[in-house]
Amino acid sequence: MKLRVILLNVAVALIGLIVLFPLAWMVSVSFMSTGEAATFPPPLLPKVWTLSHYRELFVDQGMGRYMWNSLALATLATVLALGFTVPAGYAFAKLRFRGRDRIFQMLIGALVIPAQIGTLPLFLMLKSVGLVNTYAGALVPWLASIFGIFLVRQYALSIPEEMLEAARIDGASEGRIFRSVVLPTLTPILVTLALFVFLGSWNDFLWPLIILTDQSNYTLPVALAALSREHVQDAEMMMAGAVITVAPVLLLFLALQRYYIRGMLAGSVKG
Amino acid sequence: MSSTVTARERAAWGFVAPALIAIAVFFAVPVIAALLLSLTDFDIYALADLKNLRFVGLQNYERLLTNPLFWGAMKNTLWFSVLGVPLAIAASLFAAVILNARTVRWRPIWRVVFFAPYVTTLVATAVLWNYMLHTKYGVINWILTSVGLPAVDWLGSPATSVPAILMFVVWKIFGYNMLIFLAVLQTVPDDLYEAARIDGAGPWKQFRHVTLPAIAPTLLLVSIISVAGFFQLFAEPYVMTQGGPAQSTVTVLYFMYEEGFKWWNLGSASAVAFILFLCIFAVTMVQLWASRKLGGDHT
Repeated sequence: MKLRVILLNVAVALIGLIVLFPLAWMVSVSFMSTGEAATFPPPLLPKVWTLSHYRELFVDQGMGRYMWNSLALATLATVLALGFTVPAGYAFAKLRFRGRDRIFQMLIGALVIPAQIGTLPLFLMLKSVGLVNTYAGALVPWLASIFGIFLVRQYALSIPEEMLEAARIDGASEGRIFRSVVLPTLTPILVTLALFVFLGSWNDFLWPLIILTDQSNYTLPVALAALSREHVQDAEMMMAGAVITVAPVLLLFLALQRYYIRGMLAGSVKG
Repeated sequence: MSSTVTARERAAWGFVAPALIAIAVFFAVPVIAALLLSLTDFDIYALADLKNLRFVGLQNYERLLTNPLFWGAMKNTLWFSVLGVPLAIAASLFAAVILNARTVRWRPIWRVVFFAPYVTTLVATAVLWNYMLHTKYGVINWILTSVGLPAVDWLGSPATSVPAILMFVVWKIFGYNMLIFLAVLQTVPDDLYEAARIDGAGPWKQFRHVTLPAIAPTLLLVSIISVAGFFQLFAEPYVMTQGGPAQSTVTVLYFMYEEGFKWWNLGSASAVAFILFLCIFAVTMVQLWASRKLGGDHT
């Protein structure tokens, strides 16, 4: 019995090591001086710690600009997505209107369609209205989130009907009820959804790669992919670039992981 | 009374209309347009002047089905899925089962640790794994050679490029399924394990006769999501191998990207997108059918 307990704990620690080692090594290599990582056996820690690769990325490679793009786009995507999906999710859960259930079923059915199918026509549509290579173009796919509506609806179903009725009897308008009664009770799922959209938008690759054609508009992942094609040999600098790209979302996730995990389990219909 | 009902209904439409319009314009219309586009020869000349656009019927599809590069992409995607889905599910189920044991310490911390790679930026971790898989200086070959195994040219040889990328993908995503499995495992009543133990069932028998039946529906759901995910691999080959070596990592979505945005054959690329969708749809239907069939046998 005792042996089993030890074995289980060792197994878990081993998986933990396999999971964490690449990330830890990425950080370590990013502080090594140029060429140090291209030796055998690979060094685990830098001989001399240096910030030179980070400096080069920000000073010569314009990383600050890409970081700003990523931050601005992810923030705007989050705000817009919440603005579009939260009222809709609430209405599907709590308000009656003609065709509600049929429309909702259609939306759920549409979840099986991968968004990539519409990528090419969407690009052509945005090109015809001059939105290629703009923030607006990059934000468009984040407005229409069926998954977000689904998530908010699941949570809003638990709002007690009496609470809404009481507000109606007091003469509050539907908009007023939404703002002062519904939104406060939805706060946890709002944090969850915001986190989903922010991480999703920050980590997205295919769409920004297509729609942001001008280098000065690149997001971090697109810039990093471009950089890695030019600087394959420069392992230390590439690791520094990877750290800059990963660290913000990883820290955000660690700070708010409770909310993220709850949302994932509530909506495990689609990831 | 009826005036308040219509007022409320009007308010409801005000709440759902922006989202429904956004979904219609930026999702439904593009998807339908993709189907129409796939029946045209939309290319770089049509991009310059729409007058050059012609309706070509199923020509794009015919041409794809006779294009060895397309079949190569289909074959590679199939390999990724056939190897990757069971591998990823086995890894996540294994992690979930041992993390579910009450005797494991710091379970909430491990849960977060195992999940962390899933939220990392794909491009950044692909760059990281490129370095880990480096033939000469990579840590993976260092481990191999230090236990006496030969070094492997992971991303440089068509025989190992798919397994190498899969190693990275499984590392990155196994935490996602693990969380879902963990949630379900916690709903399995302890009495069932207790009863099995009294009947003399060891860990494997308990897993086989208690755990597996309890998680079967979740297993199906996870396998459906996983297949769809593996069918849509794109950034991994784009960053790690650019489809090489010898086209061995060109996936269907990568092929679509090149067809569309490198060669600007948007009609043909739309046909690729549609075939991809049909494949995902067909596999999902087969999975659902098989599960109903198997479920029927049990009862």
